[in-house]
Amino acid sequence: MEAVKGENLVYNEVDEILEKYQDEKTPLLAVLQDVSRKWGYLPRDVMGYVAKKLDLPSAQVWGAATFYSFFETEPVGQYMVRVCKSAPCHVLGALNVVRALEQELGVKVGETTRDGKFTLQATSCLGVCGVAPAMMVNEITYGNLTEERIREVLALYE
Amino acid sequence: MLYRAHVLVEMTSNSIHLGASQVKERLEREIAQAGLSSEIKVLETGPLGGGVPSPFLMVYPDNVMYAPVHVSDIEEIVTEHLLKGRPVERLIAAGARPERKEGYFQPSPLAKEKRVVLRNSGLIDPGSIEDYIARDGYLALGKALSMTRQQVVDMIKDSGLLGRGGAGFPTGLKLEFTMKAAGDEKYVVCNADEGEPGTFKDRLILEGDPHSILEAMAICAYAVGADEGYIYIRAEYPESIRAVEKAIESATESGLLGDGILGSDFSFRAKIRQGAGAYICGEETSLLESIEGKRGEPRVKPPYPPQAGLWGKPTAINNVETLASIPPIILHGADWFKNIGTPTCPGTKVFTLTGNVNMLGLIEVPMGITLRELLYDVGGGIRGGREMKVVQTGGPSGGTMTPDMLDVPMAFDTLTQFNSALGSGALIVIDDSHCIVDVVKNFCEFFLHESCGKCTPCRIGNKRIVEILDRIQRGKGQENDLELLRILGENMKETSFCGLGQAAPNPLMKCLDYFREEFEKHVTEHLCDCQVCEMKPKRKKLSV
Repeated sequence: MEAVKGENLVYNEVDEILEKYQDEKTPLLAVLQDVSRKWGYLPRDVMGYVAKKLDLPSAQVWGAATFYSFFETEPVGQYMVRVCKSAPCHVLGALNVVRALEQELGVKVGETTRDGKFTLQATSCLGVCGVAPAMMVNEITYGNLTEERIREVLALYE
Repeated sequence: MLYRAHVLVEMTSNSIHLGASQVKERLEREIAQAGLSSEIKVLETGPLGGGVPSPFLMVYPDNVMYAPVHVSDIEEIVTEHLLKGRPVERLIAAGARPERKEGYFQPSPLAKEKRVVLRNSGLIDPGSIEDYIARDGYLALGKALSMTRQQVVDMIKDSGLLGRGGAGFPTGLKLEFTMKAAGDEKYVVCNADEGEPGTFKDRLILEGDPHSILEAMAICAYAVGADEGYIYIRAEYPESIRAVEKAIESATESGLLGDGILGSDFSFRAKIRQGAGAYICGEETSLLESIEGKRGEPRVKPPYPPQAGLWGKPTAINNVETLASIPPIILHGADWFKNIGTPTCPGTKVFTLTGNVNMLGLIEVPMGITLRELLYDVGGGIRGGREMKVVQTGGPSGGTMTPDMLDVPMAFDTLTQFNSALGSGALIVIDDSHCIVDVVKNFCEFFLHESCGKCTPCRIGNKRIVEILDRIQRGKGQENDLELLRILGENMKETSFCGLGQAAPNPLMKCLDYFREEFEKHVTEHLCDCQVCEMKPKRKKLSV
C-alpha cells in the first residue's frame, strides 16, 4: 500500500483510533474494525503500526486480520456485497440471487468489478431469514430479493 | 409535551424490507398535513411476532392495530382514524379487533403465544428508557439489589431456566459457579453472536427491547460479584448495535448503570464488543478469545468460563434470550416461571420460522409446543401447498425432524429423546421439492466455511464431506461413498475439538438414515427425483 506508506497524515488517523480505545484492555479487534471502516481494508503497514503501538507481536495482528471474514487484507470495492448462501436463503432461491448478482455486476463471487466499485462475496447467515433471500451492501441489509429488486438495489449505489 | 395519541410503527431489520420506512415517512407527512403534529406522535417499535404480518401500526390509547400496512393505506388511516376517530375496520389486523378497555392490548391472534422474553417488544419505543421503566423496567434490578447475592442465584436456580443459546445448561448453576469462584475481578458477558443459520431471535430482542438485556446483565453482575460486562454482538447486526449503544447511554444517564446504582454500593458498566463475521465466536470460549483481540479459536475445557473466562477471570456468559428471561423471574418468582412450559424445561422459547413456510418470522410460546402447531397453526403451513420433507431445528448444528415427528413436544429434553435437538429454536422448513443431497451439502458447506481450522477432523472432515457430496450431486458418486460419509461423520463427532466440529456432521448423519433411498438412488442410479442435481459430469472445480 504505497499510497499510504510514509504519509504521516494516515498515521495521525490511526493514532486517533488508538487513542479512542486507550483505556481498553484488549482493543485490537475494535481498532481493526475502525481501520477497516476507514480504508475498506487493513493496509499492511497500518497493521504493522498498530502492532507496534499496542505492543503486540505482528503475527497476532495478522492472525486476527486473516481469521475474521469481515476483515480484508487487500483493497476491495467501495461497496462490499455479501450475499447469503445459508440454508434459509438457499431453499428460497439464493442460487438465483447469486447468479443474478454475478450477471448484473459482471464478476464471479470473490471478485471485484473493474471500476473498483463492487466486491461480491458469499456469506453465512445474515440473520434476516424472515425476508430471505437476503444480502448486505456494506452495513445495510436487503431482503426479499428478486432479479428486479437486485437491479433496484444496485442502482442505489451506481 | 403531551400527545393525544401515539402511533407505533414496527421498525426492525425485517420490517424495513417490507416497507416500514416508507410507511413511517408517509405517516409523518400525512399527520403534518392534517395539522396533527402537535397532537399525535409517531414512534418506532420492535417486532410483535406471533403471526402478525409486518409492518404493523399500533395506535394508542385506542389499542388498534393495522397489519400489514402499505404506504397506500396511510392517508385513509390518518384522515379517518387519527383525524375523525373512526378506526379503519377493513385494515385492522385479522384476529385483533379494537377493544376499548384499560391496559395493554394483547395483539396475538394465537392462543398459544406467551410473551415473557418479548414482553415489551412491539409495545414500546426501544429507544426510550421511560417506556421501558413504565413497563416495570429496572424494577427487577431494584428488587435484586434488596436481596442477597445467594438469594438471587437461588431464585434463578429454582426457576429451572436453561440456557437458550442452544446447549440448555442450567443458568442458575452457571451463576453459582461464577459467584463461588475465587477472585475479586469477575465479568458478565452477553453472547449476541447469533450466527446459527435460521436464527434471528436475539437480533430482534436486542432491537425491540435492549434495556431488558442491560437490566439482566446488571442482575447477573450483582449476583456473581462483577462490576463490568461485555455484550458481544455480531457485525452483521448494526441495528442491534445501535439499539444497545443508545440503551447503555440512556441507562448511564439515568443512573441505572454506573456507580452506586439505585443508592446501593453496587456498580456496573456495560460495553459493546463487535464481532467480525465468524460463526465460531458464538462458542463461548472463542467469543472470549475474540474479546481479547485474538483469533476466535476455542479453548480447552475445563476450565470453563465460570472458573477462568475473560482474561482468565471468572465469567458468567449467557445468551440474549436467556438474559431476557431473568428480570421477569426476579420480579414474579421462580414458581411463576415454572408454571410456564414443561416440568423439566420451564419457560418460553422464541422460535424463528424460516424456509418454505407461509409465515416467516418469530413467535414466543411455552416450551413443549409441538412442531405441528408451530408449522401449521403459527406458520400457516408449507408454501405453495407442498408437503414438508424435513425441518432442521436449531440450525445446521441442531436436530433433524421428519414428518413422523410432528407431534413431539419441543423442549431440550424431549427432543434429545427423539434424537433431535432444540438448539437455538430456529426452524428451517424444507419442502418436498428439495433434494436431500443438495440440502445436506448446503449445511456442510456452511460448516466448511465456518470451521476455524484449529483441529484436523473439523478442518479436513468438512472439506472431504463437501467434496463427496459434490461428486454425488454431479452423478459421479462412487460405490462406497455413503459408507465413507458415515465414517467421516462418526470420526468428526468423536474427535473434533469443539462443538462446531462435533455437531457439523449431525444433519448429514441423520439424513443418511432418514433418506437412505434417496442418497442411494443418487449414487447407484445417478438419479435425482427432485431434478435439483444436474447429474452431468462437469469440469468446473469445486468452489468453496
